[in-house]
Amino acid sequence: MIQVVLPKNLQILAGVGRVVELEVSGEATQRSVLDALEASHPALLGTLRDAQTKKRRSMIRFFACEEDLSDESLDAPLPNEVATGKEPLLIIGAIAGG
Amino acid sequence: MSKVRLLVGTRKGAFVLSSDASRKSWKVDGPHFAGWEIYHLKGSPVNPDRIYASQSSGWFGQVLQRTDDGGKTWNAVGNQFVYDGEPGTHKWYDGSPHPWEFKRVWHLEPSLNDPDMVYAGVEDAALFASSDGGTSWSELAGLRTHKTASEWAPGAGGMCLHTMVIDPSQPDRMYVAISSAGTFRTDDAGQSWRPINNGLKSNYIPDPDAYVGHCVHRIAMHPSRPSTLFMQKHWDVMRTDDGGENWREISGNLPTDFGFVIDINANEPDTVYVVPITSDSHHFVPDGKLRVYRSRTGGDDWEALTKGLPQENCYVNVLRDAMTVDTLDPSGIYFGTSGGQVYASADGGDSWNAIVRDLPAVLSVEVQTLK
Repeated sequence: MIQVVLPKNLQILAGVGRVVELEVSGEATQRSVLDALEASHPALLGTLRDAQTKKRRSMIRFFACEEDLSDESLDAPLPNEVATGKEPLLIIGAIAGG
Repeated sequence: MSKVRLLVGTRKGAFVLSSDASRKSWKVDGPHFAGWEIYHLKGSPVNPDRIYASQSSGWFGQVLQRTDDGGKTWNAVGNQFVYDGEPGTHKWYDGSPHPWEFKRVWHLEPSLNDPDMVYAGVEDAALFASSDGGTSWSELAGLRTHKTASEWAPGAGGMCLHTMVIDPSQPDRMYVAISSAGTFRTDDAGQSWRPINNGLKSNYIPDPDAYVGHCVHRIAMHPSRPSTLFMQKHWDVMRTDDGGENWREISGNLPTDFGFVIDINANEPDTVYVVPITSDSHHFVPDGKLRVYRSRTGGDDWEALTKGLPQENCYVNVLRDAMTVDTLDPSGIYFGTSGGQVYASADGGDSWNAIVRDLPAVLSVEVQTLK
């Protein structure tokens, strides 16, 4: 199972805890994980990426294994630690404001 | 016995305030959607327990919420607002063409006779409609594709469709206001629109009496007299008696005629309320005094209402969707401030009390009068 950590506002919106566990078919990529996340929690549709273009919202970041994966290709494989559930994919609201 | 329910949208969540008809003791419920900007909530006149809420965030975008039990439980409904066809461009702040981009829903207007029908006024300015309770949305593109649309430009708060009024005597007639394009009317249920800005004069645009380009802040209609509309423009308080064909200024003796809100007493169609704001560069009330002004003559002659409102060291603003009136007798008047206070008057404005004092900045207040 892949583990995804959501920011607090999206935990409330989706009615879930901090960590969401997902079964992802095929290779674990940003696209496949977000597809699975939105399919299991439709309230999140459009909150992380544009529903049509699938482009990441500008103030959303994807971190894992102490790396910023935000600008990686949607179809690039996620780190093996994420794919095997040892490390979570962290979805972060970018720091903004004072 | 009647009850009233206030729906308060703030910068950091929604609150539901309820009272019996005495409007003296209030129960405060919330925050709902904590941490999110709630630009507007509004209930269906047909089924008051069905309430729609616009929930948005600079991080997470737009979410639409709906409750069918008066706010006890909420569910996210559709949030896909896609402009019809190739959106084209409008004017940007520097005059250059700028692509139309959806940012948020400013205002929700449920149908007067169908609980599944609801309209959404959005930024960048356009009107969307849903006929399935907010699950799916389609644009009424006749407005955004009006021949003047490429000349529309944003106001300081963005280019937003923030006001919608439906004529109860002929529901195919609807009015919208856009900052800063002006006021528009449809007579065919939103298929086609035309600007109705004759009589508006705005000295902050190159042609003060232009066909479009006016920064209209809010319009209000009394349901018993739908051809009469009152307007709070960027500067100037205005009135029309012919469905917007012609407007005349009714600012009269107001201390300043800049402001955002305007509303009408539910039992007295000529009793109008505004909250004057110092200026467009000073978005707070004049002289440190929070005063509602009431005209009992449909404009021109205004009296300050101060009893129960702070009269020193007060520097709050009252935004365009943050005043509302109930339909009890005497009519209750409510407004929320940028300082997080929600004030209520149960006597038509003669006296006021703060229901709550320390909410996040208030963006909108709507009241439901419940049987």
